Amino acid sequence: MNHITRRSLLAGGATAAVAALGVAVTSAGRRFGLVPPDAEGVFAPGNTLSYAAHRLFGRNALAREFPRSMIAAKPFANEISAPTEAFARHRAEHFAKWTLDVRGLVDTPVPLSLDTLRGMETRSQITAVTCEEGWSYIAEWTGTPLSAVLQACGIRPSAKYVVYYAADGWYDSIDIDEAMHTQTLVTWGMNGSALPVAFGGPLRMRVPRQLGYKSVKFIERLLVTDSVADLKLSTNARSYAWYSGI
Amino acid sequence: MHARQHSAALARSVAPLADASADPLAPSHPRFVRVTHWLTTIATIALMISGVELIVSHPRFYWGEVGNVNTTPLFSLPIPSSRALVPTGYGYTLPDQNGWSRSLHFQSAWLVIFAGLVYIVVGGTAGHFTRRLVPARQDRTWRALRASIAEHRYGQSDIPHRPGIYNVLQRIAYLGVLFVLFPLVIWTGLAMSPGFAAVVPWSVTILGGHQSARTLHFTSIIALVLFVAVHVLMIARAGFRRLMLAMISGTPELRP
Repeated sequence: MNHITRRSLLAGGATAAVAALGVAVTSAGRRFGLVPPDAEGVFAPGNTLSYAAHRLFGRNALAREFPRSMIAAKPFANEISAPTEAFARHRAEHFAKWTLDVRGLVDTPVPLSLDTLRGMETRSQITAVTCEEGWSYIAEWTGTPLSAVLQACGIRPSAKYVVYYAADGWYDSIDIDEAMHTQTLVTWGMNGSALPVAFGGPLRMRVPRQLGYKSVKFIERLLVTDSVADLKLSTNARSYAWYSGI
Repeated sequence: MHARQHSAALARSVAPLADASADPLAPSHPRFVRVTHWLTTIATIALMISGVELIVSHPRFYWGEVGNVNTTPLFSLPIPSSRALVPTGYGYTLPDQNGWSRSLHFQSAWLVIFAGLVYIVVGGTAGHFTRRLVPARQDRTWRALRASIAEHRYGQSDIPHRPGIYNVLQRIAYLGVLFVLFPLVIWTGLAMSPGFAAVVPWSVTILGGHQSARTLHFTSIIALVLFVAVHVLMIARAGFRRLMLAMISGTPELRP
Protein backbone atom coordinates (compact mmCIF):
# COMPACT_ATOMS: atom_id res chain seq x y z
CA MET A 1 0.00 0.00 0.00
CA ASN A 2 2.66 2.34 1.16
CA HIS A 3 4.70 1.45 -1.89
CA ILE A 4 1.87 2.24 -4.30
CA THR A 5 1.18 5.55 -2.59
CA ARG A 6 4.81 6.54 -2.83
CA ARG A 7 4.93 5.49 -6.45
CA SER A 8 1.79 7.45 -7.37
CA LEU A 9 3.12 10.41 -5.43
CA LEU A 10 6.37 10.23 -7.37
CA ALA A 11 4.53 9.86 -10.67
CA GLY A 12 2.30 12.83 -9.81
CA GLY A 13 5.33 14.87 -8.81
CA ALA A 14 7.14 13.97 -12.01
CA THR A 15 4.11 14.89 -14.13
CA ALA A 16 3.78 18.23 -12.32
CA ALA A 17 7.51 18.88 -12.77
CA VAL A 18 7.34 18.13 -16.51
CA ALA A 19 4.27 20.38 -16.86
CA ALA A 20 5.99 23.19 -14.94
CA LEU A 21 9.11 22.74 -17.05
CA GLY A 22 6.97 22.90 -20.21
CA VAL A 23 5.34 26.15 -19.07
CA ALA A 24 8.71 27.63 -18.08
CA VAL A 25 10.35 26.65 -21.37
CA THR A 26 7.43 28.05 -23.39
CA SER A 27 7.38 31.38 -21.57
CA ALA A 28 11.17 31.70 -21.80
CA GLY A 29 10.91 30.76 -25.47
CA ARG A 30 8.32 33.49 -26.08
CA ARG A 31 10.49 35.99 -24.30
CA PHE A 32 13.50 35.23 -26.51
CA GLY A 33 11.47 35.04 -29.71
CA LEU A 34 11.71 31.28 -30.10
CA VAL A 35 8.01 30.49 -30.44
CA PRO A 36 6.41 31.06 -33.86
CA PRO A 37 3.03 32.82 -33.92
CA ASP A 38 1.35 29.68 -35.30
CA ALA A 39 2.46 27.52 -32.36
CA GLU A 40 -0.90 25.98 -31.74
CA GLY A 41 -2.65 22.75 -32.51
CA VAL A 42 -1.21 19.33 -33.04
CA PHE A 43 1.91 20.53 -34.88
CA ALA A 44 2.87 23.20 -32.33
CA PRO A 45 5.78 21.14 -30.90
CA GLY A 46 7.40 20.45 -34.28
CA ASN A 47 6.86 23.96 -35.68
CA THR A 48 8.24 25.48 -32.47
CA LEU A 49 11.28 23.20 -32.33
CA SER A 50 12.22 23.98 -35.93
CA TYR A 51 11.76 27.73 -35.51
CA ALA A 52 13.57 27.82 -32.14
CA ALA A 53 16.51 25.77 -33.48
CA HIS A 54 16.91 28.08 -36.46
CA ARG A 55 16.63 31.23 -34.36
CA LEU A 56 19.06 29.88 -31.73
CA PHE A 57 21.73 28.68 -34.14
CA GLY A 58 21.27 30.80 -37.23
CA ARG A 59 19.64 34.12 -36.44
CA ASN A 60 22.17 36.00 -38.58
CA ALA A 61 23.36 33.19 -40.85
CA LEU A 62 23.54 34.07 -44.53
CA ALA A 63 21.72 32.12 -47.21
CA ARG A 64 24.11 30.51 -49.67
CA GLU A 65 25.09 32.73 -52.60
CA PHE A 66 26.33 31.25 -55.86
CA PRO A 67 28.77 32.15 -58.65
CA ARG A 68 27.38 33.93 -61.69
CA SER A 69 27.99 30.79 -63.77
CA MET A 70 25.23 29.01 -61.85
CA ILE A 71 22.46 31.45 -62.83
CA ALA A 72 19.72 29.44 -64.57
CA ALA A 73 19.52 29.93 -68.33
CA LYS A 74 15.81 29.16 -68.14
CA PRO A 75 14.45 29.88 -64.67
CA PHE A 76 11.11 28.29 -63.86
CA ALA A 77 8.23 30.74 -63.57
CA ASN A 78 5.68 29.14 -61.30
CA GLU A 79 1.94 29.69 -61.68
CA ILE A 80 0.71 33.20 -60.89
CA SER A 81 -2.80 34.44 -60.24
CA ALA A 82 -4.72 35.98 -63.12
CA PRO A 83 -3.93 39.72 -63.06
CA THR A 84 -6.61 42.04 -61.73
CA GLU A 85 -7.85 44.99 -63.80
CA ALA A 86 -5.83 47.38 -61.66
CA PHE A 87 -2.70 45.28 -62.16
CA ALA A 88 -3.23 45.22 -65.92
CA ARG A 89 -3.50 49.04 -65.87
CA HIS A 90 -0.26 49.32 -63.88
CA ARG A 91 1.40 46.98 -66.32
CA ALA A 92 0.27 49.07 -69.31
CA GLU A 93 1.85 52.09 -67.59
CA HIS A 94 5.07 50.12 -67.04
CA PHE A 95 4.38 50.30 -63.31
CA ALA A 96 5.15 54.06 -63.26
CA LYS A 97 2.50 54.59 -60.55
CA TRP A 98 3.20 51.40 -58.55
CA THR A 99 3.94 52.16 -54.93
CA LEU A 100 4.90 50.31 -51.81
CA ASP A 101 2.86 51.62 -48.88
CA VAL A 102 4.55 51.24 -45.53
CA ARG A 103 2.21 51.39 -42.55
CA GLY A 104 2.04 50.41 -38.92
CA LEU A 105 4.83 50.91 -36.41
CA VAL A 106 6.83 53.45 -38.41
CA ASP A 107 7.30 57.20 -37.87
CA THR A 108 6.75 58.21 -41.50
CA PRO A 109 4.19 55.92 -43.13
CA VAL A 110 4.72 56.95 -46.75
CA PRO A 111 4.15 55.27 -50.10
CA LEU A 112 7.43 54.60 -51.90
CA SER A 113 7.54 54.65 -55.70
CA LEU A 114 9.67 52.21 -57.66
CA ASP A 115 12.03 55.09 -58.56
CA THR A 116 12.41 56.01 -54.90
CA LEU A 117 13.18 52.39 -54.05
CA ARG A 118 15.73 52.14 -56.88
CA GLY A 119 17.41 55.29 -55.58
CA MET A 120 17.93 53.79 -52.14
CA GLU A 121 20.56 51.34 -50.94
CA THR A 122 20.81 48.51 -53.47
CA ARG A 123 21.91 44.96 -53.06
CA SER A 124 22.38 42.22 -55.68
CA GLN A 125 22.64 38.60 -54.69
CA ILE A 126 22.74 35.31 -56.54
CA THR A 127 20.53 32.99 -54.51
CA ALA A 128 18.30 30.00 -55.08
CA VAL A 129 14.53 30.00 -55.06
CA THR A 130 13.74 26.74 -53.31
CA CYS A 131 10.13 25.64 -53.54
CA GLU A 132 8.55 23.47 -50.87
CA GLU A 133 7.45 21.21 -53.74
CA GLY A 134 11.07 20.22 -54.34
CA TRP A 135 12.29 22.21 -57.34
CA SER A 136 14.76 25.09 -57.32
CA TYR A 137 16.60 27.53 -59.57
CA ILE A 138 19.26 30.19 -59.15
CA ALA A 139 18.98 33.80 -60.29
CA GLU A 140 20.52 37.14 -59.51
CA TRP A 141 18.11 39.28 -57.54
CA THR A 142 18.53 43.03 -57.18
CA GLY A 143 16.60 45.21 -54.81
CA THR A 144 16.46 47.37 -51.75
CA PRO A 145 17.11 45.57 -48.47
CA LEU A 146 13.86 45.53 -46.51
CA SER A 147 15.90 46.79 -43.53
CA ALA A 148 16.79 49.95 -45.50
CA VAL A 149 13.12 50.53 -46.39
CA LEU A 150 12.07 50.07 -42.78
CA GLN A 151 14.82 52.34 -41.44
CA ALA A 152 13.98 55.02 -44.01
CA CYS A 153 10.42 54.95 -42.71
CA GLY A 154 11.56 55.17 -39.10
CA ILE A 155 10.74 51.69 -37.80
CA ARG A 156 9.87 51.74 -34.10
CA PRO A 157 11.62 49.51 -31.54
CA SER A 158 8.31 47.84 -30.66
CA ALA A 159 8.12 46.28 -34.17
CA LYS A 160 8.20 42.48 -34.10
CA TYR A 161 6.74 41.40 -37.46
CA VAL A 162 6.41 42.68 -40.99
CA VAL A 163 3.36 41.66 -42.99
CA TYR A 164 3.58 42.09 -46.77
CA TYR A 165 0.51 42.26 -48.98
CA ALA A 166 0.40 41.53 -52.70
CA ALA A 167 -1.80 42.95 -55.45
CA ASP A 168 -3.33 39.52 -56.06
CA GLY A 169 -4.63 39.18 -52.50
CA TRP A 170 -1.74 37.01 -51.33
CA TYR A 171 0.08 38.04 -48.17
CA ASP A 172 2.55 36.68 -45.68
CA SER A 173 4.59 37.79 -42.69
CA ILE A 174 8.10 37.39 -41.25
CA ASP A 175 9.63 38.13 -37.89
CA ILE A 176 11.80 41.18 -37.33
CA ASP A 177 15.03 39.12 -37.52
CA GLU A 178 14.15 37.97 -41.02
CA ALA A 179 12.90 41.46 -41.96
CA MET A 180 16.16 43.16 -40.87
CA HIS A 181 18.37 40.42 -42.36
CA THR A 182 20.76 41.73 -45.03
CA GLN A 183 19.51 39.29 -47.66
CA THR A 184 15.81 40.02 -47.31
CA LEU A 185 15.22 42.16 -50.36
CA VAL A 186 12.35 44.25 -51.71
CA THR A 187 13.31 42.98 -55.15
CA TRP A 188 12.81 44.95 -58.36
CA GLY A 189 15.52 43.46 -60.60
CA MET A 190 16.34 40.00 -61.84
CA ASN A 191 19.39 38.90 -63.84
CA GLY A 192 20.31 42.48 -64.72
CA SER A 193 16.89 43.74 -65.90
CA ALA A 194 13.60 44.80 -64.36
CA LEU A 195 11.90 41.97 -62.47
CA PRO A 196 9.54 40.30 -64.98
CA VAL A 197 5.89 39.93 -63.99
CA ALA A 198 6.18 36.12 -64.31
CA PHE A 199 8.71 36.20 -61.48
CA GLY A 200 6.79 38.65 -59.31
CA GLY A 201 7.47 42.05 -60.88
CA PRO A 202 7.39 44.88 -60.34
CA LEU A 203 8.12 44.13 -56.65
CA ARG A 204 8.72 40.84 -54.93
CA MET A 205 9.73 40.12 -51.35
CA ARG A 206 12.72 37.79 -51.55
CA VAL A 207 13.38 35.85 -48.34
CA PRO A 208 16.18 33.48 -49.43
CA ARG A 209 16.58 31.80 -46.03
CA GLN A 210 13.06 30.47 -46.29
CA LEU A 211 11.19 28.47 -48.91
CA GLY A 212 9.70 30.06 -51.99
CA TYR A 213 6.22 30.55 -50.59
CA LYS A 214 7.51 33.31 -48.29
CA SER A 215 8.85 35.20 -51.35
CA VAL A 216 5.52 36.79 -52.23
CA LYS A 217 5.10 38.38 -55.68
CA PHE A 218 3.53 41.76 -56.63
CA ILE A 219 3.87 43.33 -53.17
CA GLU A 220 2.31 46.77 -52.70
CA ARG A 221 1.91 47.22 -48.94
CA LEU A 222 3.93 46.56 -45.80
CA LEU A 223 2.47 46.50 -42.31
CA VAL A 224 4.93 46.78 -39.45
CA THR A 225 3.38 45.33 -36.30
CA ASP A 226 4.17 44.00 -32.85
CA SER A 227 1.81 41.05 -33.14
CA VAL A 228 0.38 38.91 -35.88
CA ALA A 229 -1.95 37.13 -33.49
CA ASP A 230 -5.02 39.14 -34.49
CA LEU A 231 -4.21 39.04 -38.20
CA LYS A 232 -4.24 36.01 -40.35
CA LEU A 233 -0.57 35.04 -40.53
CA SER A 234 -0.43 34.36 -44.21
CA THR A 235 -2.57 33.17 -47.06
CA ASN A 236 -1.15 29.74 -46.35
CA ALA A 237 -1.75 29.90 -42.61
CA ARG A 238 -4.49 27.34 -42.45
CA SER A 239 -2.28 24.58 -43.74
CA TYR A 240 1.35 25.57 -44.24
CA ALA A 241 3.72 26.36 -41.38
CA TRP A 242 4.34 30.07 -40.86
CA TYR A 243 8.11 29.59 -40.56
CA SER A 244 9.47 27.97 -43.70
CA GLY A 245 13.23 27.97 -43.18
CA ILE A 246 12.96 24.20 -43.16
CA MET B 1 25.30 -30.02 -44.46
CA HIS B 2 28.41 -27.96 -44.35
CA ALA B 3 26.45 -24.89 -43.31
CA ARG B 4 24.56 -26.83 -40.66
CA GLN B 5 27.78 -27.99 -39.08
CA HIS B 6 29.03 -24.44 -39.08
CA SER B 7 25.90 -23.10 -37.48
CA ALA B 8 26.08 -25.70 -34.77
CA ALA B 9 29.66 -24.74 -34.11
CA LEU B 10 28.63 -21.12 -34.14
CA ALA B 11 25.81 -21.67 -31.70
CA ARG B 12 28.25 -23.28 -29.31
CA SER B 13 30.84 -20.60 -29.76
CA VAL B 14 28.50 -17.65 -29.18
CA ALA B 15 28.27 -17.39 -25.43
CA PRO B 16 24.86 -16.26 -24.18
CA LEU B 17 24.74 -12.79 -22.71
CA ALA B 18 25.79 -12.55 -19.11
CA ASP B 19 22.50 -11.05 -17.95
CA ALA B 20 20.40 -13.50 -19.96
CA SER B 21 22.19 -16.54 -18.58
CA ALA B 22 22.19 -15.26 -15.01
CA ASP B 23 18.46 -14.66 -14.96
CA PRO B 24 16.24 -16.67 -17.29
CA LEU B 25 13.48 -14.11 -16.76
CA ALA B 26 15.64 -11.14 -17.75
CA PRO B 27 13.87 -9.13 -20.46
CA SER B 28 15.03 -9.96 -23.94
CA HIS B 29 15.06 -6.31 -24.95
CA PRO B 30 15.98 -3.60 -22.47
CA ARG B 31 13.28 -1.01 -21.85
CA PHE B 32 15.15 1.83 -23.61
CA VAL B 33 15.41 -0.32 -26.75
CA ARG B 34 11.70 -1.13 -26.70
CA VAL B 35 10.58 2.46 -26.07
CA THR B 36 12.87 4.02 -28.68
CA HIS B 37 12.12 1.22 -31.17
CA TRP B 38 8.38 1.89 -31.12
CA LEU B 39 8.73 5.68 -31.02
CA THR B 40 10.95 5.44 -34.09
CA THR B 41 8.50 3.03 -35.72
CA ILE B 42 5.58 5.44 -35.20
CA ALA B 43 7.65 8.39 -36.42
CA THR B 44 8.91 6.45 -39.44
CA ILE B 45 5.38 5.49 -40.48
CA ALA B 46 4.36 9.18 -40.23
CA LEU B 47 7.49 10.19 -42.16
CA MET B 48 6.73 7.68 -44.91
CA ILE B 49 3.08 8.77 -45.30
CA SER B 50 3.95 12.47 -45.35
CA GLY B 51 7.03 11.79 -47.49
CA VAL B 52 4.91 10.16 -50.19
CA GLU B 53 2.63 13.23 -50.18
CA LEU B 54 5.65 15.52 -50.53
CA ILE B 55 7.13 13.51 -53.41
CA VAL B 56 3.80 13.64 -55.24
CA SER B 57 4.13 17.43 -55.55
CA HIS B 58 7.28 16.96 -57.63
CA PRO B 59 8.04 13.33 -58.52
CA ARG B 60 11.21 14.28 -60.41
CA PHE B 61 14.71 13.92 -59.01
CA TYR B 62 17.83 15.82 -60.06
CA TRP B 63 21.55 15.89 -59.39
CA GLY B 64 23.48 19.01 -58.44
CA GLU B 65 22.37 22.29 -56.96
CA VAL B 66 19.18 23.03 -58.90
CA GLY B 67 16.45 21.27 -60.82
CA ASN B 68 12.97 22.12 -62.06
CA VAL B 69 10.66 21.26 -64.95
CA ASN B 70 12.92 23.25 -67.29
CA THR B 71 15.91 21.01 -66.54
CA THR B 72 16.55 17.34 -67.22
CA PRO B 73 15.81 15.04 -64.29
CA LEU B 74 18.11 12.25 -63.17
CA PHE B 75 14.99 10.10 -62.94
CA SER B 76 11.24 10.57 -62.56
CA LEU B 77 8.73 8.41 -60.78
CA PRO B 78 5.90 7.22 -63.06
CA ILE B 79 3.20 8.66 -60.81
CA PRO B 80 0.76 11.57 -61.14
CA SER B 81 1.55 14.86 -59.42
CA SER B 82 -0.34 17.24 -57.14
CA ARG B 83 0.92 20.18 -59.23
CA ALA B 84 -0.46 21.01 -62.66
CA LEU B 85 2.84 22.35 -64.04
CA VAL B 86 4.74 19.09 -63.53
CA PRO B 87 4.65 17.04 -66.75
CA THR B 88 3.75 13.51 -65.67
CA GLY B 89 1.83 12.12 -68.64
CA TYR B 90 -1.29 11.84 -66.52
CA GLY B 91 -4.30 13.92 -67.48
CA TYR B 92 -5.19 14.81 -63.91
CA THR B 93 -3.72 16.49 -60.84
CA LEU B 94 -3.88 15.08 -57.33
CA PRO B 95 -4.99 17.28 -54.39
CA ASP B 96 -2.28 19.29 -52.62
CA GLN B 97 -1.63 17.80 -49.17
CA ASN B 98 1.75 19.42 -48.52
CA GLY B 99 0.69 21.71 -45.67
CA TRP B 100 -0.01 19.09 -43.01
CA SER B 101 2.43 16.67 -44.66
CA ARG B 102 5.33 19.07 -44.16
CA SER B 103 4.39 19.75 -40.52
CA LEU B 104 3.89 16.05 -39.79
CA HIS B 105 7.17 15.22 -41.54
CA PHE B 106 9.25 17.62 -39.47
CA GLN B 107 7.50 16.88 -36.18
CA SER B 108 8.12 13.16 -36.75
CA ALA B 109 11.74 13.91 -37.68
CA TRP B 110 12.16 15.66 -34.32
CA LEU B 111 10.73 12.56 -32.63
CA VAL B 112 13.28 10.37 -34.45
CA ILE B 113 16.08 12.69 -33.35
CA PHE B 114 14.99 12.66 -29.69
CA ALA B 115 14.45 8.88 -29.69
CA GLY B 116 17.84 8.48 -31.38
CA LEU B 117 19.57 10.65 -28.77
CA VAL B 118 18.01 8.69 -25.91
CA TYR B 119 18.99 5.43 -27.62
CA ILE B 120 22.59 6.51 -28.18
CA VAL B 121 23.09 7.98 -24.71
CA VAL B 122 21.43 5.14 -22.78
CA GLY B 123 22.79 2.45 -25.09
CA GLY B 124 26.27 3.91 -24.95
CA THR B 125 26.39 4.11 -21.16
CA ALA B 126 24.86 0.63 -20.81
CA GLY B 127 27.42 -0.87 -23.19
CA HIS B 128 24.56 -2.07 -25.35
CA PHE B 129 26.32 -1.48 -28.66
CA THR B 130 29.56 -3.25 -27.82
CA ARG B 131 27.82 -6.20 -26.12
CA ARG B 132 24.86 -6.78 -28.39
CA LEU B 133 25.48 -5.07 -31.71
CA VAL B 134 29.16 -5.14 -32.60
CA PRO B 135 29.76 -8.66 -34.00
CA ALA B 136 31.44 -10.96 -31.49
CA ARG B 137 35.17 -11.50 -32.09
CA GLN B 138 34.70 -15.03 -33.45
CA ASP B 139 32.03 -13.75 -35.85
CA ARG B 140 34.30 -11.22 -37.51
CA THR B 141 35.40 -13.59 -40.25
CA TRP B 142 34.19 -14.20 -43.79
CA ARG B 143 33.61 -17.80 -42.84
CA ALA B 144 31.24 -16.88 -39.99
CA LEU B 145 29.48 -14.40 -42.25
CA ARG B 146 29.06 -17.00 -45.01
CA ALA B 147 27.72 -19.50 -42.47
CA SER B 148 25.19 -17.00 -41.20
CA ILE B 149 24.09 -16.14 -44.74
CA ALA B 150 23.66 -19.86 -45.49
CA GLU B 151 21.44 -20.19 -42.42
CA HIS B 152 19.15 -17.47 -43.73
CA ARG B 153 18.83 -18.80 -47.28
CA TYR B 154 15.36 -18.65 -48.73
CA GLY B 155 13.72 -22.06 -48.46
CA GLN B 156 15.27 -22.82 -45.12
CA SER B 157 12.38 -24.21 -43.06
CA ASP B 158 13.13 -22.19 -39.96
CA ILE B 159 15.75 -19.54 -39.40
CA PRO B 160 18.09 -20.05 -36.47
CA HIS B 161 16.79 -17.51 -33.98
CA ARG B 162 18.64 -17.49 -30.68
CA PRO B 163 16.65 -15.60 -28.04
CA GLY B 164 18.56 -12.69 -26.58
CA ILE B 165 21.37 -12.88 -29.11
CA TYR B 166 21.52 -11.14 -32.46
CA ASN B 167 23.37 -13.12 -35.10
CA VAL B 168 26.16 -11.54 -37.11
CA LEU B 169 23.91 -10.57 -40.05
CA GLN B 170 21.41 -8.90 -37.72
CA ARG B 171 24.22 -7.03 -36.00
CA ILE B 172 25.64 -5.73 -39.27
CA ALA B 173 22.18 -4.77 -40.53
CA TYR B 174 21.19 -3.01 -37.29
CA LEU B 175 24.51 -1.17 -37.02
CA GLY B 176 24.21 -0.10 -40.65
CA VAL B 177 20.65 1.16 -40.22
CA LEU B 178 21.31 2.87 -36.88
CA PHE B 179 24.68 4.44 -37.53
CA VAL B 180 24.80 4.86 -41.32
CA LEU B 181 21.31 4.95 -42.82
CA PHE B 182 19.46 6.99 -40.18
CA PRO B 183 22.25 9.62 -39.93
CA LEU B 184 22.34 9.83 -43.74
CA VAL B 185 18.56 10.27 -43.93
CA ILE B 186 18.64 12.98 -41.23
CA TRP B 187 21.61 14.75 -42.80
CA THR B 188 20.19 14.77 -46.34
CA GLY B 189 16.86 15.93 -44.93
CA LEU B 190 18.44 18.79 -43.02
CA ALA B 191 20.56 19.73 -46.05
CA MET B 192 17.33 20.52 -47.94
CA SER B 193 16.39 23.19 -45.41
CA PRO B 194 17.43 26.65 -46.62
CA GLY B 195 17.76 27.84 -43.00
CA PHE B 196 20.00 24.90 -42.05
CA ALA B 197 22.03 25.32 -45.24
CA ALA B 198 22.62 28.97 -44.28
CA VAL B 199 24.17 27.85 -40.97
CA VAL B 200 26.07 24.81 -42.28
CA PRO B 201 26.62 25.43 -46.02
CA TRP B 202 29.21 22.65 -46.43
CA SER B 203 26.61 20.09 -45.40
CA VAL B 204 24.94 20.73 -48.76
CA THR B 205 27.97 21.33 -50.96
CA ILE B 206 29.73 18.07 -50.05
CA LEU B 207 26.58 16.19 -51.04
CA GLY B 208 26.73 17.81 -54.47
CA GLY B 209 24.05 20.46 -53.92
CA HIS B 210 20.46 20.91 -52.80
CA GLN B 211 18.94 18.62 -55.43
CA SER B 212 21.57 15.93 -54.80
CA ALA B 213 20.61 16.06 -51.12
CA ARG B 214 16.96 15.56 -52.08
CA THR B 215 17.79 12.64 -54.38
CA LEU B 216 20.03 11.02 -51.75
CA HIS B 217 17.28 11.53 -49.14
CA PHE B 218 14.88 9.62 -51.38
CA THR B 219 17.31 6.81 -52.26
CA SER B 220 18.38 6.29 -48.65
CA ILE B 221 14.69 6.05 -47.71
CA ILE B 222 14.30 3.31 -50.32
CA ALA B 223 17.16 1.48 -48.62
CA LEU B 224 15.40 1.95 -45.27
CA VAL B 225 12.14 0.61 -46.69
CA LEU B 226 13.99 -2.47 -47.99
CA PHE B 227 15.48 -2.98 -44.54
CA VAL B 228 12.06 -2.73 -42.89
CA ALA B 229 10.64 -5.24 -45.38
CA VAL B 230 13.38 -7.78 -44.64
CA HIS B 231 13.21 -7.01 -40.90
CA VAL B 232 9.46 -7.71 -40.75
CA LEU B 233 9.80 -10.79 -42.97
CA MET B 234 12.51 -12.24 -40.72
CA ILE B 235 10.40 -11.60 -37.62
CA ALA B 236 7.47 -13.35 -39.30
CA ARG B 237 9.68 -16.33 -40.11
CA ALA B 238 11.20 -16.54 -36.64
CA GLY B 239 7.83 -16.31 -34.87
CA PHE B 240 5.91 -13.09 -35.28
CA ARG B 241 3.80 -13.22 -32.11
CA ARG B 242 6.65 -14.25 -29.84
CA LEU B 243 9.08 -11.65 -31.14
CA MET B 244 6.50 -8.87 -31.16
CA LEU B 245 5.65 -9.63 -27.53
CA ALA B 246 9.35 -9.57 -26.67
CA MET B 247 9.74 -6.13 -28.26
CA ILE B 248 6.52 -4.77 -26.75
CA SER B 249 6.46 -6.07 -23.19
CA GLY B 250 10.04 -7.18 -22.80
CA THR B 251 8.97 -10.61 -21.63
CA PRO B 252 11.75 -13.07 -22.21
CA GLU B 253 11.44 -15.01 -25.41
CA LEU B 254 10.73 -18.65 -24.76
CA ARG B 255 12.20 -21.22 -27.02
CA PRO B 256 9.51 -22.54 -29.36
